[in-house]
Amino acid sequence: MKAVQHPSVLTSQKIKTAWLFLLPMLAVLAFTAAWPLLRTIYFSFTDIREFGQDSYNFVFFKNYLYFDQQGEWKGLFANPTWWRSVWNTLKFTVISVSIETVLGILIALALNLEFRGRGLIRAAILIPWAIPTIVSAKMWAWMLNDQFGIINDLLIKLGFLSDPIAWTGTPDTAFIAIIIVDVWKTTPFMALLSLAALQLLPGEVYEAAKVDGIGPIKRFFHITLPLIRQPLMVAIIFRSLDSLRIFDLIYVLTPNNEATMSMSVYAKFEMFDFSKFAYGAAASTSLFLIISLLTIIYIKFGRVNLGQN
Amino acid sequence: MKYLKLSNILLTSVIVISVALVSCQKFGSDAVSIATGSTGNDIELLRTVLEEYTTETGQAVEITSMPSSTTDIFGQFKIWLNAKTSEIDIYQVDVIWAPQIGNHLVDLTEAVSDVSGDHFSSIIESQTSNGRLVALPFFTDAPALYYRTDLLDKYNENVPETWDEMALIAEYIMDEEHAAGNTELWGFVFQGNSYEGLTCDALEWVKSHGGGQIIEPDGSISINNPDAVRAIEFAADLVGTISPPGVTTYQEEEARGIWQTGNAVFMRNWPYAYGLGNSDDSAVKGKFDVAPLPSGGAGSAATLGGWNLAVSKYSEKQEAAIDVVKYLASKKVQKFMAINNSKLPTLPELYSDPEVLKAVPFFAEWLDVFKQAVPRPSAPTKTAYNEVSKEFWTAVHNVLTGSSSAKDSLANLERKLTDIKESESGW
Repeated sequence: MKAVQHPSVLTSQKIKTAWLFLLPMLAVLAFTAAWPLLRTIYFSFTDIREFGQDSYNFVFFKNYLYFDQQGEWKGLFANPTWWRSVWNTLKFTVISVSIETVLGILIALALNLEFRGRGLIRAAILIPWAIPTIVSAKMWAWMLNDQFGIINDLLIKLGFLSDPIAWTGTPDTAFIAIIIVDVWKTTPFMALLSLAALQLLPGEVYEAAKVDGIGPIKRFFHITLPLIRQPLMVAIIFRSLDSLRIFDLIYVLTPNNEATMSMSVYAKFEMFDFSKFAYGAAASTSLFLIISLLTIIYIKFGRVNLGQN
Repeated sequence: MKYLKLSNILLTSVIVISVALVSCQKFGSDAVSIATGSTGNDIELLRTVLEEYTTETGQAVEITSMPSSTTDIFGQFKIWLNAKTSEIDIYQVDVIWAPQIGNHLVDLTEAVSDVSGDHFSSIIESQTSNGRLVALPFFTDAPALYYRTDLLDKYNENVPETWDEMALIAEYIMDEEHAAGNTELWGFVFQGNSYEGLTCDALEWVKSHGGGQIIEPDGSISINNPDAVRAIEFAADLVGTISPPGVTTYQEEEARGIWQTGNAVFMRNWPYAYGLGNSDDSAVKGKFDVAPLPSGGAGSAATLGGWNLAVSKYSEKQEAAIDVVKYLASKKVQKFMAINNSKLPTLPELYSDPEVLKAVPFFAEWLDVFKQAVPRPSAPTKTAYNEVSKEFWTAVHNVLTGSSSAKDSLANLERKLTDIKESESGW
């Protein structure tokens, strides 16, 4: 690290140009991300009931938490349904991202080998990722149907089941079904990012390891994993951010069901279906804070480096 | 180089397609647009009558197809209305919505004063919010118990009049048929998914057991009582015995799917399933009939349903839209929908129309069922209805899936409803 230095005329000009080039993107970001976010936070401190309503009052933290006349805590933070949706989302994220990471690395290792038709296979594994979630969720909903579904039919014919399971019918199996569909859909993403990292690894290290007679499993844990750790951690952040705000899959597979409701589904219902826009905005703001907090903790303790070196 | 070219071609085609799509919308902008649910044959038949309208008047009408779940439709409609979109001119609205979205809709009182008197006055009243008539009735709904005449005859059983009788008959026929190799057969299918439909089904169980109607017309919360507990316990016992375990995921169309493939002895559904059940590709064609829903000791109870046509305040073609609404609510179209789609008309005179009764004989009897139908508590709870209904269906669903006992669930529900009632959005 160099001490503070006065930049030369050329450098300062370069910096100026860089900012000029960045300006359109910053403007778009401010308009599409920062503004809606700030509006949502602002609305969460009001009593607005419908989006588009003209007059409303400030109630400060009342949507979040307050002590009512009967001596009971009320508001979002005192609502067990909200905490249940937080718990559902966290459980979903930890389980699905873990499975996707392990499967993704395994697939990437296989695809990193030289074999005929590798290009074709690489393209083929991307198909689940390319299908819009709403379409794949609806498709899976039919495949998981207890009477007409192909999954039950298959499992019964293979002898694993004697009676069809109503997958999305009970809270436990519904949760499993959601994880299965999510893993099916997003493992290709993890595989692709892991594969990209694997292809950058230097071949000499492996040759040296081979010469030293180190087995493949040890090679993976002592060479491959440490070397792809950084890109892998970044991929996990992306996936976690994505699954912490999961909406479409859960909304299609188990609509309006508290047992599997995620934070986003909860906020959507409060904001748009129940005429409690401000309360829903409070839920959205909390969702944003929870995701930010988890990401900061993850980056700090995972020692992830998002800049160069 | 090759890849670059390919990506160029792709990019160009995307741009061309988007431009084409945008300009298509511009060209079609004279058309009045109607947003409507898509249960059964609804869209297909609506298209038929609207094409006729276009030929007669020259006015084009576009259909925006919505999902069949009324809960999903409501969520989307509210987003559109709050965003004040002018893209939808006519909304097909559920009978329970008028108090919740009435202020986004055009007051039709004067525009339809020549025809509003022809409809059932109770429906016109239900669509009047703060003295404004916000929707014109399209069809009404009161559910029925569908039963298999061939199976009841085969086992010499009568049409059940109580829920317990129905459960016994269903179980008996199911066991006998399973023993005879017909293992796919279930006793009873209904709407057990967690959505507005479950509120309808559960209200019928509760009311027919003498457990009140969740929230009484005076606004008091009555749901936590022993009769209601008994009713919900009865329903929970059905799941996995005479009803498939997956019934907790069924809406109208899933229930009809099992019924129409010949795999259920009884079904609770709306009249629309009658016409479809008698269509040529139906396995139960000519093998079923309908009766009023069974009683739980306090008489039969049917939840009042029905759909109405409203014009958006944000529409730029309100006059044209009102004309379309009047056409769709007319005797001609309602008669067509009654005959071809077994939809209950909102015009009393059609209940004695010989052509209608030939196509759907049970409509003669349904006039009484409709008149005694139980309304959902949308009037007393006003804008809080949707949340009230969600809490109710969630409480019932928790019992059906076995995650809570009926007693605990209804006690908990009473607390939640009291909270909503006392909050700012309360009644």
